[in-house]
Order: sequence, then structure tokens, then C-alpha cells
Amino acid sequence: MKLHEYQAKQLLARAGIPVPHGRLAVSADEAEAAARDLAGPVVVKAQVHTGGRGKAGGIRLADSPEAARVHAEAILGMDIKGLRVKKVYIERTARVARELYLGITLDRDRRRAAVMLSTVGGMDIEDVADQSPEKIARGWPDPRLGLLSYAARSLCFDAGVPNEQVAAIADTAQRLYWVYADRDAMLLEINPLFIQDDGSLLAGDAKLEVDDNALYRQAEVAKMKEIAPDEEIEERAKALGFSYVQLEGDVGIIGNGAGLVMSTLDAVGNAGGRAANFLDVGGGAREAVVRSALEIVLANPRVRSVFINIFGGITRGDEVAKGILSVLAAEPTRVPLVIRLSGTEAEAGRRLLEGAPLVSRATMDEAATEAVRLARAVAAT
Amino acid sequence: MSVLLGHRTRVIVQGLGREGRFHAARMREYGTKVVGATKPGAGGTTTDGIPMFDTVARAVDATEANATIIFVPAIGAADAILEALDSELGLIVAITENIAVHDMLRIAAVLETSASVLIGPNCPGAITPGECKIGIMPAENFSPGGVGFVSRSGTLTYEIADLLTRDGLGQSTCIGIGGDPVIGLPTPDAVRYLNEDPDTEAIVIVGEIGGSAEERAAEYLRAYGKKPAVAFIAGRSAPPGKRMGHAGAIVSGNSGTAASKVAAFESAGVTVAVAPSDIPRLVREALRG
Repeated sequence: MKLHEYQAKQLLARAGIPVPHGRLAVSADEAEAAARDLAGPVVVKAQVHTGGRGKAGGIRLADSPEAARVHAEAILGMDIKGLRVKKVYIERTARVARELYLGITLDRDRRRAAVMLSTVGGMDIEDVADQSPEKIARGWPDPRLGLLSYAARSLCFDAGVPNEQVAAIADTAQRLYWVYADRDAMLLEINPLFIQDDGSLLAGDAKLEVDDNALYRQAEVAKMKEIAPDEEIEERAKALGFSYVQLEGDVGIIGNGAGLVMSTLDAVGNAGGRAANFLDVGGGAREAVVRSALEIVLANPRVRSVFINIFGGITRGDEVAKGILSVLAAEPTRVPLVIRLSGTEAEAGRRLLEGAPLVSRATMDEAATEAVRLARAVAAT
Repeated sequence: MSVLLGHRTRVIVQGLGREGRFHAARMREYGTKVVGATKPGAGGTTTDGIPMFDTVARAVDATEANATIIFVPAIGAADAILEALDSELGLIVAITENIAVHDMLRIAAVLETSASVLIGPNCPGAITPGECKIGIMPAENFSPGGVGFVSRSGTLTYEIADLLTRDGLGQSTCIGIGGDPVIGLPTPDAVRYLNEDPDTEAIVIVGEIGGSAEERAAEYLRAYGKKPAVAFIAGRSAPPGKRMGHAGAIVSGNSGTAASKVAAFESAGVTVAVAPSDIPRLVREALRG
């Protein structure tokens, strides 16, 4: 789960990390009032769950409350990478002398959190890692000990932080690690971390992603959850117990197991087509879940054929067949269905589907080829 | 014989709920020695003929168990794994899905100084066909033989085992390591077991996009590979930055792409299959040399 900058900054401030004074606004009026409150030059920042806000024009400086109003009008309602801006955060500007990067992410290979510090701030850290990896100092704290003082200091020296800044930055890194561990974060970044002209630190931005599997013990964070309109289908699918990701193609996909569904997408690609979605019904899906899955896939107007690929383990072929039949009973689907049933109760499932208006194929490759062919046939009509 | 599990494996079940009972029964049908189960407060009773114990330590004392399978729900699963580690069970299979990543980070730190092997979480388990099954896989897709098989994906494991079995290619040991971002037995470690196993003649590796476990496995095989290997990577057509169901299967930046994994395997002399259906043929070709 992703948090907005203003939400992440609340949590950082509470951990003793300095953040700029700021106010949230959902209208131009509120933005102007917030800027007046903050008394001084401000920055108006779009609050959306994506990076690249600056490049998209979602971050603008304002030297008066009137200017803040104009900028808020421009930013509110703006579309940034497909996400509509509904809130802006108004902040006092910093007196920036220098920008650093400080972030913590999951290092899957080391099975540790990786703490990263670089004197190249404000940039996309992946670009820095690509082009000049030596500019990023890294540490991997033992989760049972946390980020110890000496380790935090080492990071500063490795990154080339000036001596007079080491104590403050090491302290901020330790506090950041504490928030990371305490809030079950997957990613926590301050980029840029400002060193101001008087030497004090200030978090310029904050990015926080929390592990969905830990929300049961992160009640405060869970309350901050916001669902963007384009995430609604994916959220509805999650509530029903399966995972759905919208893609660009025209062959709808339903399968059981993430790996099998990914391979199904690949099989459609091998057959010269493109998948319209990823949909994993999970293990042991019953009739009702299969029905909802098919309904969600068919609700996508781009879909021109649907490929249902089931290899039954816990999932039973007869339950899958019943789910499909209940959709077909209501009304014939607007696009052709292709099914490949294997594994547990596949025989029983195929018997149930005999005579139903759909195409059955024995293997994943044959079914993918057929689904792609049928999608093209629909496109041609 | 095989690796990690076989005739001498004695298993307890942690979490004998609905799912646990169902799969304990399937495991016993298969011939797995299920010697006990734990449930706090149920010590001294039996469920479906399985002796119950209050703690893992007591179960191990009484039954000489050397392995465990965990069905405990996500909130208690990390505790169950740590309890099994504390009793020094040689093999721990965690079926449970949705365990918090920070719990797994703590477990990974404990594993660094432990002799136990953890398979999972969020996995189908492991099977040495004809000897022992510790997991939830449908047994009829597997058959005894010489192909060692490691997979990050559950259903794809069944699919590929079925393809191998239909082709007459039996398996030595199949390990479903799980698709989570932090797991107990990453691909390179599982490959090392199969590479060192005298009864494994060829290795099949099923990977997914995300992380660099496949690249590291390729690196290992390039240096130490003793037998032919065939790999398959799921998710070649997945767009970057999209999470594909598994928390593990996500591509960010340039790392973890299918292209990088395919290139790593190919440069290590490992054949890469374009579709699962190619795997049996490629295994036969690789075995012929």
C-alpha cells in the first residue's frame, strides 16, 4: 500500500525527522488559505501515488498566496501517469544548500533491508545506481539489532558526507530505519533530503510503501488507505480473493496460480496476441469466484476473446465449469471463450461443459493459439 | 534416493485446521510418515489418529520428528516457523501465504546461523516421488525418476511435473520454493542441493520475473554445474512495474527482467524453454548431451 507524501511526512515528523511546515488542500481556496497561513514562499505539490510529479508539472513554486491559488487550480484535476490529482500539499520552501538521497528498501537477494545514502539527491536513484553505483553507500542492518550508530556513521563516511553533517545525518538514518521497521515498510525514501544554508536538515519529499500483509497490525497506516479510480477494479478483485491487473491487449485471461497465469500471458504472446489482463483466481476457487472473475474480465471493453486456463490442484475443474456455466446461463457472452482444463476433476468439468458455447483445447499452447485467432476474428467483424 | 526428504523423514503438522487435516490425510495416503501435530491445549489427544502435542518441542521429544509442515494462518505463521527452528527440525515447509515481509526478514536472520532448511512460505511444498510428500501438490502428477525440479510457482510446478511424467521423465525431488519476496530456500540454494544429489541426472528450474535469484543460480551452475539443466521463466510478457499476483513477481528498473534471466542462463550453458510444453523435449536433448 502506497501512502501520499503528506501522510508519510506525518509519520516521519513523529519519529523526530525534520519536515517542512505544510498544509493539505483539496481546492484552490484552501490552497490560498494554506499559503497565507504558512506566511512566505511555498511549493504546491500534487499528492498522487506515483513518481515523476515534478516532470509532469505537478510541483510548482509560489511566492504569494494568490500564486499558490493559481498553481493549485492548475494541478488539481491534472492527470499524472493516469492518476487524477485530488489533493495538493502546500509547504514552506526550504533554503537548500545541498541535496542528499536517503532511502531504505527490501534487498531480496540478501534478505535484508538495504539502507542507502548518497550525496546525489533529487534524482532517480535507479539512474544513479545504474550510472555511478559508487556514489551510493549501502548498509544491511540485522533486523534484530536495527541500524546501529556505528553503521549509520559508516554510511555517512562512505557516502562522503562532510564531517560537520555526519552526526545529524546518521541520526536521521537511524530514525528512518526505525520508522521502516516499526511501520512494516517495503520502501521508505527521503529524496531529496535537504541540507539547508544554516546546516539543518529537512525532508524535501517522502515516499512510503507499506506491506499489505502487515496492515492487520498497522491500524493507523491502514486508515490512510486511498483507492484511486483506476485501482477500483483491482481492489474489487482483491476483495473477492483474486488478483487482477489491467493490461493493454485484447485477450482476456483467467487462470489459477500467479506463475501459471504469467505463463498464460506469455503463451498468448508466443501465439502473436496480447493479453488484456492478468487474473489469478488463486487456489481452490469455487463456482462464485469463477463467475465474478469472468464478469470482471468481460467488463473490459477491449476484450475480444477470453482464455480460461486451469490446472487443478486445490482448484477443481468441475467448480470452474459450474462458474462458467452460470455466466453463460444468464446470457451468451459477447466474445468467444476458450478453455483448457487439466488436473483435479478436469474430466468432470469437461463433461459439464459439453454442448456449451465455448471452445475447449487440451493444452495451454493450443488454447492460446485459438484465443488469439478468435480475438482477431472478432476484431475483423 | 533424493534430497531433503525421503523414507526417513518423520513429519509433524503445525496447524491441523481444515486445510491441515485435509493435506495431512493426503500425505499419509502417499506414504509420508506423519507422526504428530501441534495445537496449544490439545496435547494428549488425537485428531484423525494423529497424536497431538501442545508444543513443537514436546512433539519432537515424543516422536523423533525431523520435519514439519506449517498451515498456521499468516498472523501466527512466523511464530510457528521460529518455534520449529528453535526445535532444530531439519526441514520446515511453510505453506501459509501472506506472511508479513518483516517477519520473514527476522526469520531469514535466524536461518543464517541455523542448520535447518526452510521451504516457503507461500509454496506447494516438496516431494520425493514414491517416497515422501510434504506439501499440497496433487501427487498423481509426479513420478519417481532422475529429474530434479525447483520452482517458484505453485500451479506451474504441477503443470510441468505432469508434462514430465507424461513424457516418461520421472523426478528425483521437486521443490516448490514459493513466490514471496523473502523465502527460506532461494533458487540458487535449491539448485545446489539438486546439483550435489547423486540421484539427480538433470535439473529443471522454473523461475519468475523479479529479483535476481535466477541470475545467481545461473552463476552457480556456470562455476559448479555437474549435470544438464533446463530453465523456464514465467512473465516474459509482463509490463514493468506491475505486480503480478505474487508479491515476488514484479520488475523494477533493469533488474529482474525475463531477458536478464534468460541471458544469464544461456551464458551458463542452461537451455531456456520458451513454453512449459518444450521442457520434456529439452530435458531429453540435454541428457543426450
